[in-house]
Amino acid sequence: MIETFLVIGIIIVFTMLLCLYRAALGPGVYNRIAATSIIGTKAVVLLIAIGYIFERPMFVDIALLYAMLNFVGTLLMAKYLVRGEVCTA
Amino acid sequence: MHSIDLIATVLMAFGAFFMFTGALGLLRLPDFYTRLHATGKCDTLGEVLLIVGCMVYQGWSFLTIKLFFLMLFIFIANPVATHAIMKAAYVTGVKPWKKGEERR
Amino acid sequence: MGSKGVKAFSMIVTFCIMFVFWVLLSAWVSYHETPGHFNLLHVCEGIIAALIVTVISHELLIPEKGEKVLVKSLRLIPYLGWELWQIVLANFDVAYRILHPKMPIDPRIIEFETTLRSDFALTTLANSITLTPGTITILVEPEKGKFLVHALAKKPADALLVDKTMQKKVAHVYMEE
Repeated sequence: MIETFLVIGIIIVFTMLLCLYRAALGPGVYNRIAATSIIGTKAVVLLIAIGYIFERPMFVDIALLYAMLNFVGTLLMAKYLVRGEVCTA
Repeated sequence: MHSIDLIATVLMAFGAFFMFTGALGLLRLPDFYTRLHATGKCDTLGEVLLIVGCMVYQGWSFLTIKLFFLMLFIFIANPVATHAIMKAAYVTGVKPWKKGEERR
Repeated sequence: MGSKGVKAFSMIVTFCIMFVFWVLLSAWVSYHETPGHFNLLHVCEGIIAALIVTVISHELLIPEKGEKVLVKSLRLIPYLGWELWQIVLANFDVAYRILHPKMPIDPRIIEFETTLRSDFALTTLANSITLTPGTITILVEPEKGKFLVHALAKKPADALLVDKTMQKKVAHVYMEE
């Protein structure tokens, strides 16, 4: 069963490389933000697959934490682009 | 048990197929709004299917509950992030693409 | 009962639920290699973590205002089942549109009004519109219930404008017809 997880991991890394093309090239800043957010969500699933390959069940906690960090980062970038500042101090 | 392995492999294969389609949509589609359609939806569903496959493979244990909470969080958080980025682009003034124009 | 009684009750119930979850997921004996820790240091860490979560968000489980919460929560579950089936069916449609050599898309922006007014109902409808393929919410106005939606082709746009199946189902769940 470990070979199945290995194949899935390789497919996910290949799709990340496809998204990197749009992150480097996309005209303007919005394309780049969308591509970075997508690479972040794919990294969460990649962490789970690696946890199954190396047989360490602790990787699921790290995946949960990184999903939350990625979500907050995307919302912060959207708020900054609309208003010009993040917090009114 | 051989049949549970087969069901889990089929679910994970569908999940990987949807994620690949989402990334392909990022390359092919002609405009920013349509690219968000491809990634925000196909990507989320692909991840949910993949995590359901891992849950089926694991059986009944504590790891299944952690994976279930991760799936719930991704299911609710990804559409909210997509909507936030799209609203920021619309308010700032990015123009949508109609049929017949050139690629941007 | 008074608003102070309800506030203390909701804080205690939320704290108990959070602490039980923490014990089950962090300190219990779950694998052979990592035995459970039950000494004073780890239990104190669990109590502090549950306290922080309770102080910040104790209003979500037992809300202070709002009537008939139990009936609305029970009606939500069949709606979620129907929605999951719609998501899987329509994602195949979007995958077909992306993988076709000619890419038959025809994007447009549409606008419509609904009769929903409360926070939860508007959020549920906006999330459902963003998840079912073909449409994404752009703007929501809470006073008049107006939605601005970007659609990918004519068929999903008609399903929202002409049929109105999703709005009727959400209004039935939250009883705001």
